[in-house]
Order: sequence, then structure tokens, then C-alpha cells
Amino acid sequence: MRRLLPLAGGAWLAGFVAAPLLVVLVLAISTAAEGVPPFDLPWIGGISLDAFSLVLTDGFYVESLGGALLVAGGAATLCLLLAFPMALGLTRARPTWRGPLLFALLLPFWTGFLPRIGAWIGLLRDEGWVNTVLENLGLISAPLPLLYSWPALFLGMLHAYLPFAVLPLYASLSRRDPVLEEAAADLGATPWTVFFSVTLPLAIPGAAAAFLLVFIPAAGEYVIPELLGPPGTPMVGRVLWQEFFQNRDWPTAAALAVLLLALLLAPIRLFQRLGTRR
Amino acid sequence: MSRGRLTAVFLALGLGFLWMPVLLLAGYAFSADRIPFQWGGFSLRWFGVLAANERLVEAALLSLRVAFGAATLAVLLGGTFGWVLARRGPFRGRAIFGALAGAPLVLPDVVIGLALLLFFVLLQSGLGWPAERGATTILLAHATIGAAYAAVLVQARLAELAPELEEAARDLGATPATAFRTVTLPLMAPSLAAGWLLAFTLSLDDVVVASFVSGPAGTTLPMQVFSMLRLGLTPEINALACVILLLGGVALAAALLLQAGLRRRTRAD
Amino acid sequence: MLLSLQGLSKRFGATLALDHLDLAVAAGEFLTLLGGSGSGKSTLLRVIAGFEAADSGKILLEGRDLAPLPPHARPLNMMFQSYALFPHLSVADNVSYGLKRDGVAKPERARRVEQALAMVGLEGFGGRSPQKLSGGQRQRVALARALVKRPRLLLLDEPLGALDANLRERTGFELRALQRETGAAFIMVTHDQQEALALADRVAVLEGGRLVQLGPPRAVYDQPATRFVAGFLGGANVLEGMPDGQGGFDCPGLGVTLRPAVAIPADCRACALRPERIAHLAHADRPNSFDGIVEDVAFRGDDSLLLVRASGGALLRVGHAEEDGPPPERGSRIALGWEAAALVPLHS
Repeated sequence: MRRLLPLAGGAWLAGFVAAPLLVVLVLAISTAAEGVPPFDLPWIGGISLDAFSLVLTDGFYVESLGGALLVAGGAATLCLLLAFPMALGLTRARPTWRGPLLFALLLPFWTGFLPRIGAWIGLLRDEGWVNTVLENLGLISAPLPLLYSWPALFLGMLHAYLPFAVLPLYASLSRRDPVLEEAAADLGATPWTVFFSVTLPLAIPGAAAAFLLVFIPAAGEYVIPELLGPPGTPMVGRVLWQEFFQNRDWPTAAALAVLLLALLLAPIRLFQRLGTRR
Repeated sequence: MSRGRLTAVFLALGLGFLWMPVLLLAGYAFSADRIPFQWGGFSLRWFGVLAANERLVEAALLSLRVAFGAATLAVLLGGTFGWVLARRGPFRGRAIFGALAGAPLVLPDVVIGLALLLFFVLLQSGLGWPAERGATTILLAHATIGAAYAAVLVQARLAELAPELEEAARDLGATPATAFRTVTLPLMAPSLAAGWLLAFTLSLDDVVVASFVSGPAGTTLPMQVFSMLRLGLTPEINALACVILLLGGVALAAALLLQAGLRRRTRAD
Repeated sequence: MLLSLQGLSKRFGATLALDHLDLAVAAGEFLTLLGGSGSGKSTLLRVIAGFEAADSGKILLEGRDLAPLPPHARPLNMMFQSYALFPHLSVADNVSYGLKRDGVAKPERARRVEQALAMVGLEGFGGRSPQKLSGGQRQRVALARALVKRPRLLLLDEPLGALDANLRERTGFELRALQRETGAAFIMVTHDQQEALALADRVAVLEGGRLVQLGPPRAVYDQPATRFVAGFLGGANVLEGMPDGQGGFDCPGLGVTLRPAVAIPADCRACALRPERIAHLAHADRPNSFDGIVEDVAFRGDDSLLLVRASGGALLRVGHAEEDGPPPERGSRIALGWEAAALVPLHS
């Protein structure tokens, strides 16, 4: 068993994780072609760097890569700003309350990703709940264009990823030794000083993990910009999808995937280092 | 205001933010009005419409089948990965093994979906298998992703168990296989159950990877809902969300109780 | 001999955990393995139990070579430092685990589990979860689990290490009683010298993977073989110096020549002198005496410990019994001496 299990597991990983990632790389240096499937492999059509040069020189693709990183960074920052006090609140809640509060945090997350996005559509569209309420209160006369906008996109991101940010922060904050904060108070620190000089610095690894746990998937997000964001949102996940499904330009889609991975490599490494350290 | 109260306010605000859209969505499922989020009196008609929507019901059944198979395969794979990483000790290629086992956790969905699809396409042109893309390819893709999550849970569980437990079993006369069956496996069980539930949920929730690796034959529930949402929200989706909320709540409560119960039973003070 | 270890060596990377170790244990003997951390004592236990394979050497149990046997096939049992009780099994199931592996029939198993639990004073605890027991009770379950298979040899890894100080002494006596009752040989690893001396028939002192001394507790205590044993057991003073070739031992640190009762080997470079063997004198005017200044005094309950600086610069630990009256003041000058027999020449 000690020999068999690493071999069997390794075989699956080689087949279903390593090989597909290698195939993406191969596709990115293939040529697009008419037909099914719509490409010629390098040993048939020759090695081609067309897809990479297109993606790296055309402002549209570069913008989609940069846009994705900016949106992901923004979303992760928003999540962190709200998640930190929430996680702190969870650690300070009475022990009997913690279980139900965690349940409350996780349940919306288990209601299905798409229904939750659908809820925001229902809230934000022109004849949606928010506009109706505002109109009934007499605050606006014509509906505000809330849906398909940047704020809608960020609201959706925040809603989808907030629990991901709270959990690692809660885990790291609840492991902190309360004696450290008592020691700081004993040495003359006010509650706020204790927070900024002890609690916050000790939470940095947890906060970094929380940030990256949002940032990494958000950078490749497709569904939220597609359903809530402004038309033509420049995010690489969306552009990749379009290249693949609408333009049927598989090498370009593969090149975009390779570049997205290259950009995410550093954050991923950092995230894994944080994970092994804890 | 004291800091304790301030964080409590933030916690309440955050939970309210998470819950409000979900509750409104579920609540308006009972409205008779044709327009979602408009109150037209209490009615269960949209649940009837939902049940009568054959494409949705068919997609839901496919999703459940795929999720069941994917979760089961994911637990077998993830249990193997987790055991190898936590207990097997050093071997050549362990670092690569660990990196590949964890890769689906950190790769964006569009990349996983694209990679697996291209892989299946090449396999098909090379080996003639899989003959067509659909339930099988989605199942394999979801099992690969779910296995990564299950592996993390199993590895964490094994890490908190003293390795001497297996040694004690060996010392008392158990062969390696008996020690695994009578000691390691029962102690791994809660993480395997949690891994199964997680993989099941991930599979039921995934639209991106499924869209990539599926073919014309296989439309899962999320794929169907996604194409409906592209055209706008309908009250059927309200009703569907209400059903999912109920099932999700029951499943999550069961998972938490299971975990808490097993914790109490198997954790040293 | 029940167990005979011959030339055992075990290397972990650059460190030699066991270095050509020879040791024989008689049936029914209580042997303690004493040593600091990294001395190889736990490794030795794990090699005997079969969890580590020795690089070279032999392990013979009743003349049979254990090396090819996996742990589960070795007719000996081990009690783990962490107890390693199975958290998913009840106390009774924990104890019967090993019997089940041996295919003992159910009624017989139940009877023997009952017996084993009674032996450790845990009648009626069979249905409980080990999680619900106190540290001392868990220790007994682990002991019952290891003894229920009636092994000829029981290995104990720091069995008292996790217990409170007041529970240790009592449990130590119980261990000895159990050992006599079962007739099994016990090999117990410990880093606590008092425990090692109090419980054992023989003490084996390990240092750097080598057996540096082996013998009855009193002999090892009174006649330490090396600087390490002298310092480790009872904190003896180690007096550095050189034989003067006329039966004496020049000790520049004390500023005097020592006069041991025994002949000193020419290559001897140190003598041991126990703090409690040093007595107060009126004057330092005879052999084996010196003057010193009291640098510090520590009260220890049944006696006091003095730190005394000799004129040659050496700092000696000196015991001062309560019945000798109040100890001297810090800074006072005192004369000290000892009988020739108290000096033990060390080999290394």
C-alpha cells in the first residue's frame, strides 16, 4: 500500500492535472485552423507564437489582464476591510453564539452561487427591488441604472467572496494568545494601541491569506462580470471565454490562460507559503 | 463605543449584507407576481412552474447524478492524496505530488475548464475516448477539483492525529492493513464525510468548468440557470433558490453537527 | 537472558543515534534507560519494538532474532509516552484491541480485559471513552492495554512523564508492584534520575548513543564511571586534575592534592565527589580538606546547598544537613573535608 497509493494518486494527478496544464501550453503555441477541433498542433502546423504576440501587443487583451488584476485587488481589499472586523467580532462573541454565527456566515454561501447572483439582478435592475423602494419613497422619479455597472460588479464580488475572507481571518485571530494583549495592556497600552501594536500585526499572515483567497479566484472570474458588470467588462476570464466559445480561437484562449497563470504564479506561491506556515 | 460593540456592529452588518439578498430572493418565491421581487400576494404557483419545467428538472437530475459520482470519486482520490501527503513519508516527487494535488484549489475556473477540455479533445482525437463530452467528462473534472479539497481536509485531520496511534496498533499485533482499517480509517472518517459533502456542493455549484468540458448532451443545473439569468431573472429562479436554500441549510447543519459530534468523541481534551 | 542486544547501531542523517550498543536484560528484570535528550534512549526502544530498523547489530529475544519481524509480529509490547489510546474506541475496546488481533475468543477477551482493568484499579471503567478520563487514568489504561497480552517484555517510554509530580511517586510504586506481579521484564526510558534510581533493578545510562554505565542503582550512584554520569546523577562535583604518581591526585582548582582510598589509574583526569559526602571541619589541616568562601546558600527543604569557592578557583556544591544547625552565612570562610572513600576516580 505504501508503494501503490503514491503511484495510483500520482498517475491520476499526472493525467488529470499535469497533462491538461501542459496541453494548454502546447495549444498556446499552436496555430488556429478551420475545422473540428479548430487548431493544428505544433508538430502539424508548426510552432507559432502568433497567439502570444497577439495577446501581448493588442491593447484589448493587455487591458483585460490588467483589468482583472485591478478588479481582483479591489474586490479582495473590500472583502478584507469588511471581513476583518467581522472576524474579530466572531472571536469576541460568546462561545455559545459562535456556532450559530458561523452557520449564519456559511449558509448563504451554500445557497448556490448563481441564485445569489440572481438575487442581485433582482435587487438592482431597473424595475428591481431597490429602484421600486426608492421610487415608492419618492426619492427618485426614474429608475437608476444600477445593474450592469462597476458598483454592481463589486457588490457581487463582495457577496460571493466575503465568507472566503472571513474564515481564514477568524481562524488566525481565534488562535491568537489573549495573554499577549493582556501583556500589552499591562505595559500601558490603551485598547486602541493594543489593537494596532499587537492584534493587527499578529493577524497579518491571516489577512494575507484572506486577501489571496479572494484575489486568486477573482482574477479569473467570469460569471460575475458577465451577469452584473458593465457591458464589455475588461476582465481576462470573460475575454478568454469569448475567444473560446464565440470566436473559437483556441490558441488565443490558451495563450490568455498561460499569461493569467504567469501573473498569478507569485500570489499562488505566496498563498501556499502562508498555508504551510500556519 | 467600545471596540467589542463596534466589531459586533460590523459582524451584524456583514451578515445582513450576506443574508438580505438571499432572504428576499427566497421570500419573493412565494409571491404570485410575474415580475420577480414584486409582491402579488402569497402563492405557491412558481414552485409548480418550477416542477413543470422539464429542462430544469432534467438538468437538476443530471447535476445530482454527476455530483454524486464526482463526490464519491473525489473522496477516494482525495483520501489517497491526503494520506500520502500526511503519512507516507518522504518519496521522490513528493513536492510535485503535493503541488499537483493542491493545484485545483488555486487555479481559476476558466483555466481548469479550458485545460481539461483541451485535454479531453486531444484524448478523443488520439484514443477515441471520451467518445462524447457530457456527464462523464463533467464528473471527471469535478472529481479532480473536489479531490483537492478532500485532500486538504484529510491531510489536516491526519496531521492532528498522533502517528503513534498506528504504531500502537502495530505493537498490539495489527498488520499494516489491519491497523489502517481499525484505527486510521475510522479516525479519518469525519474528514472523508466532510470532503464528500464539499465536493458534492462544489459540483452542484459549478458553471464555468462544466460549461467548458460539457458537450451538447450534458447541460447541468447551473448551466441551465446561467443561460436563464443571462436573459434576466424569472420567478422560477426565486423558487429554485428557495429550494436550494432549504436543502443547503439542512446539509450544512448536518455537516456541522457531524463534525462537532465527532470532534467531541475523538479529540483529546 | 531474555533480551540481548549486540552491537546495535542506528544513524539518522549525520547523527549517530545508537553507537555499537550492547545490552542484556534478564527475565523479570526492571531496567531503566537513563539519558538526556538526544542520548538515543527513545530510539533504542523504537528499534526493539520494530518501528525503526537498526543499521547493524542484532536483537535477540529468548535467542530468536527479531530483526526480520515487523512490529505486529514481535512478542513484546510498548507503552507510549503519549499513551496513544485510540480515541474512537472505549476503554474496554482499547484494552481488548491486541487480544482481538491474536484471535482470542470473545468471552475470554472480556474476562482478560476485566482482569487487566482490575489490575490497574480501573474496574468498571470499560465503557468510558478515553477522552473522558484524567491523565492518571489514561496512563493506567495504556498500561493495561500493553500488559493484557502478557508480554515477557514491556517497553515503557517515559510512562510517568505526563503525570503531576504528586501522582508520579505513587504510580512509580504501582509500576513496580505490577512488574513483580506479572513477572514481565520492564525496560523503561526516563530522563528523570530519581525515577530511574527508585524503580530499577539496574540502571543503564546512555550518552550520545553509547552505553556509558550499567549497574544497580546504588553502584551507579556511588561509583559513577564518567564525568557525564557523575554530573547527571545527583550532581556530583567533578574535580579536574592529574595523578601525582605517589597515590595522590593534584587538583589545582581546589589548591590541594586529593588522597583517594583507591589506586588511581595514570590516565585519570578527574575525580567525582558527592555534595552530601562533604563535611564541615574546624580547620582544613588534614588530607582531603580545604578552605573556601560561601558564595551562595539555597534552602532545599530537607537540607541546604552551599556554593563554595575554593582558593584555586573551583566552585563546589556542598550539602548541609538540617540537623547540623543553621547553614553558614554568605561570604563566610569555612573549612571542608571528606573521607578518602568519597573520592571516585572517573574513567573519562
